[in-house]
Amino acid sequence: MPDDTRVLIRSNLDIVTARQHGRTLAARAGFGATDVTLIATAISELARNIVSYAVQGEIILRVLESTNAKGIMIISRDSGPGIRSVDDAMRDGYSTSGGLGLGLPGVRRLVDEFTIESVLGRGTLIRVTKWLR
Amino acid sequence: MEVPILKQGRYLIATIQAASSDEDLLQLRRALLDRVIQFRSRAVIVDVTALDVMDSFATRTLRDITYMIRLRGADTVIVGIQPEVAFAMVQLGLNLEGVATALDLEEGLAHLEQRARSSS
Repeated sequence: MPDDTRVLIRSNLDIVTARQHGRTLAARAGFGATDVTLIATAISELARNIVSYAVQGEIILRVLESTNAKGIMIISRDSGPGIRSVDDAMRDGYSTSGGLGLGLPGVRRLVDEFTIESVLGRGTLIRVTKWLR
Repeated sequence: MEVPILKQGRYLIATIQAASSDEDLLQLRRALLDRVIQFRSRAVIVDVTALDVMDSFATRTLRDITYMIRLRGADTVIVGIQPEVAFAMVQLGLNLEGVATALDLEEGLAHLEQRARSSS
């Protein structure tokens, strides 16, 4: 898609860049202050997972617009080790690193739609969407 | 961008900027701990008014700062968490258990004065 904003995620500095782009795009799309913050927070967590678990990947931001709906899609893509059990990763309190976990259940609560595909040894693709109401 | 730390009597006041990276927060953790020791500070106020996102890392780092400074015998108050940031933190499932928070700098100072009085 030509209107995609792509942010390469390689270090913690890129997390800040990604969420700033998300904030700007969401505000421009008409989201209010609370939703803009929810979107920026979701981007921050997704980008953080890339840095922590996959080392490198990208965040793609896409404004969705049809005749009766407007929203923003955040795509997190990496070619890291993948997630062994997506079901486990989607449970609150689950962690493989002894930390706070992947935070994926939390991210799902911040948005309206959430899909995840992960293949061991190949990487992880997460798509989340927030709709403007 | 390094987080500025202001010395105000026996208090230290750190003001976190909008686009703070993980490195900035870790640098703040180290700097605050050093300065609490150097200045024999009684308390630290961390002002997060400008911070637009408090994700899992920022929350964990603020909690760590509070616990480390407590081990030095000093108090920490986090002030200025914005309403939308608070909303996002709760949705995300984050909490600042055991960490004192206050509405703004003024309330944070009042909280510390009260603590100092009640413990003397």
